[in-house]
Amino acid sequence: MSMLRIESLTKQFGGLRAIEDLSFDVREGEVHSVIGPNGAGKTTLFNLITGVYQPTSGRVLLDGQDLSGKAVHQRSALGMSRTFQNLQLCLNMTARENVMLGGHLGLPGSLFSSLLRLPHLTRADRRCRARAAELMDYVGLGDYVDRDTTAMPYGALKRLEIARALAANPKLLLLDEPAAGLNANETAAIEHLIRGLCQEGVTVILVEHDMKLVMNISAHIVALNYGQKLAEGTAQEIRNHPEVIAAYLGAAA
Amino acid sequence: MSANTMETSTSTAAATAIVAGGERTSWKDVVFSPRYGGLAALLLVVLATPLFIDGVYQFDMAILVMINAAVVIALNLLVGYAGQVSLGHAAFFGLGGYATAILTTRYEWPSLLALGAGVVLVVAIAAVIARPILRLKGYYLAMATLGLGMIIYLIITQESWLTGGPDGTSVAPLEVYGYAVYDEIVWYWLLAALVVVMYWLALNIIDSPVGRALRALHGSEIAADNSGIDVNHYKTVVFVLSAGVAALMGGLYAFYSGFIAPSTAGFMHSIELVVMVVLGGMASLVGSVVGAVLMTLLPQYLVVLSEYEWLVYGLVLMLVMIFMPRGLVPTLHGLIRRVTG
Amino acid sequence: MGEFLQYLVTGITIGSTFALVALGFCLVYNASGIINFAQGDFVMVGGMSAVFIMASGVPMGLALFLAVVVGGLAGVLLYKGGIQPATNAEPIQLIIITVGAALFLRGVAQVVWGTGYFSLPTFTGDEPIRFLGVVMVPQSFWVIGVTVAIVAALGLFFTRTRLGKAVLATSYNRDAATLMGIDTSMVLLLSFGLAGALGAVAGVIVAPITFAHYEMGIMFGLKGFVAAVLGGLGSFVGAVAGALILGITEAMMAGYISSDYKDAVAFVLILLILFFMPSGLFGRRGVERV
Repeated sequence: MSMLRIESLTKQFGGLRAIEDLSFDVREGEVHSVIGPNGAGKTTLFNLITGVYQPTSGRVLLDGQDLSGKAVHQRSALGMSRTFQNLQLCLNMTARENVMLGGHLGLPGSLFSSLLRLPHLTRADRRCRARAAELMDYVGLGDYVDRDTTAMPYGALKRLEIARALAANPKLLLLDEPAAGLNANETAAIEHLIRGLCQEGVTVILVEHDMKLVMNISAHIVALNYGQKLAEGTAQEIRNHPEVIAAYLGAAA
Repeated sequence: MSANTMETSTSTAAATAIVAGGERTSWKDVVFSPRYGGLAALLLVVLATPLFIDGVYQFDMAILVMINAAVVIALNLLVGYAGQVSLGHAAFFGLGGYATAILTTRYEWPSLLALGAGVVLVVAIAAVIARPILRLKGYYLAMATLGLGMIIYLIITQESWLTGGPDGTSVAPLEVYGYAVYDEIVWYWLLAALVVVMYWLALNIIDSPVGRALRALHGSEIAADNSGIDVNHYKTVVFVLSAGVAALMGGLYAFYSGFIAPSTAGFMHSIELVVMVVLGGMASLVGSVVGAVLMTLLPQYLVVLSEYEWLVYGLVLMLVMIFMPRGLVPTLHGLIRRVTG
Repeated sequence: MGEFLQYLVTGITIGSTFALVALGFCLVYNASGIINFAQGDFVMVGGMSAVFIMASGVPMGLALFLAVVVGGLAGVLLYKGGIQPATNAEPIQLIIITVGAALFLRGVAQVVWGTGYFSLPTFTGDEPIRFLGVVMVPQSFWVIGVTVAIVAALGLFFTRTRLGKAVLATSYNRDAATLMGIDTSMVLLLSFGLAGALGAVAGVIVAPITFAHYEMGIMFGLKGFVAAVLGGLGSFVGAVAGALILGITEAMMAGYISSDYKDAVAFVLILLILFFMPSGLFGRRGVERV
């Protein structure tokens, strides 16, 4: 069944239509990729799904629930988590604390229990701390657990964002160009990581320019151009779609 | 993804991580940990200070330092940790002081009730204003907090029928169960206990989910939002908290000094408080205390320079910020770490 | 009607001086991204310098000119001594540096000139002029006239001269301006100098109306800042409009309601504007990029 439904979504900035009448479904437990040339509206789409922007018209449904009007943090609480094309990490916190931030929703958030360090909070926080280390190990950052974020290389920071997103136990994970700026080895590791997540039941929406990665792991692909859907289908179908070749693959070749 | 599958897939890492996160610690580790080291040092200093100081003037200085330290610790949560500038915080301090003064002296309320009412009043004002004001960022936020502070200050100055106007107003002494607190020594220990408790509470907040949420507001609001943190809620919480502490200390200041003037709520006092935070060190509790000590004592020493006081004071602010932009404590801490490797 | 016109003229007069201060804020903010809390003290420097240079026997015209030069030098000095060396400073540190500079300037004024109130003679006599039921002192014409002339000159400077265009380019994108061969540190120096001179002009033209005093800069600074934010930080047109709105509202408030809360007008106005229009009246509404 479809976990996420995009229903005739339109986003207009002034005179510019960044997304125009876009509809597609994302099935549970699959990797669903969104491709398109720069400026096609991919990140705008992520911002619409996660609630950074409210659409001009149309709507987004998660498990049949209309998300219209819901703020970003409310959508996160419904099981949505994302990474960012340009990193959004807290450089004033350690690597582990950044990941623990992702686990925030599972912790008691009241000021009172924090002020007095009540036992239930200390216990939950300790679990979160341990799990953050596990997650960092899982994404291959075992060596960086208590490092300062400012002392980490770019590739590690990209994975740190994934670990943070996973700390929220998301059912839907949105990855915005996770392989950008990474070398072939690091990209292979990301591919492995995404596959593993899928096997564990996480649904992934992927925006990525690395076509090899996209074609390898996507069950379903939507190709965008100027905010409109150009084509939709399996990797095979997209690869052979004449308009996609013309607009995107052709231009790159 | 279930936590189960993850644990089995990375069982060794999980085991080490759990040891790291959940090991039992001895009292020595606690006292000498970076977390409690500052608290232990503060406790020591507060206990030892009366041995080295003497006379009303020196106790008076120590008391003023502690009043400022408590305000600055809470303000650092807002400015240093959560990254939200406030250039109007003295207004909350002054308002707390005036509310306490007016309620005890004019309306003869019991001391503690008046003090509590002052805090409640300020908390209510801060809570109402928090949402619209904290939507603003950077200089716009600085401007708005400055404006709010100035409005409160101008009201205090203008409504002389209630506040005594520019000349200020005298305040009845703090009276608890029929016992009036006049003695400097009693005030010293009262405020010492308060500062230590505040330091401890602030320490708890910082290293908690709420503390991480606050620091994330500074680090990346987008990241915080995306991690399910209600950004506006936490901004409101820390704003109201710091305003409430300022009001409480303002009330105690009024009781202690027996007099309160509009300048306690003024723009320059707001700036002084922010200077204490930044000069001591943003996001450093030790820095807050150090900042409060230095900036409370500095003007006292500069008095000997008479008309050169402000010139030198301004110069000191500029030089410290130019050469130690992160503040004294973090800069020194960094130096020590580099020297000791 | 006469009453209304009277308040309007008063408002425009005081608004003009706010405009000069607000333009100083804008210049510095556009060039460096800094809010200069010492901007108001340039007004004080201008006013006090004029008083004392004249007292030393220098003819008025020259004294006023020299006072403006002193203001410009104060601006240059602030940049060289406080801003340029602070390479790693973030906004909050810069706020404190400029506040420190403000206190320093106040301190210098206190040492050099003392804490008294001084008056400057009006430029062209005190004979009030009556027109349509409005009574105007000649100094008001000077205040408004000088401000109009300066705004026009700045307009020409930014649109017609190479240097002015370089300043504008730097404010839009400093990196790109550097790539285009613009000496951006020169632009910064110029902006601080100009801001100092603008403040000093304000000080010189109001000193005959309000008295010069070593602490006169505080309120001018705060209100100029309000005017600049009111207009949307960085917009020159906005700064002038914001200053006039502020001056007129203050005058109307003082005239029709009560002068007790004249000084509060600026702050109430700015809170209302920021609550309902978070980027000011003329601010560029930026979409945050994620």
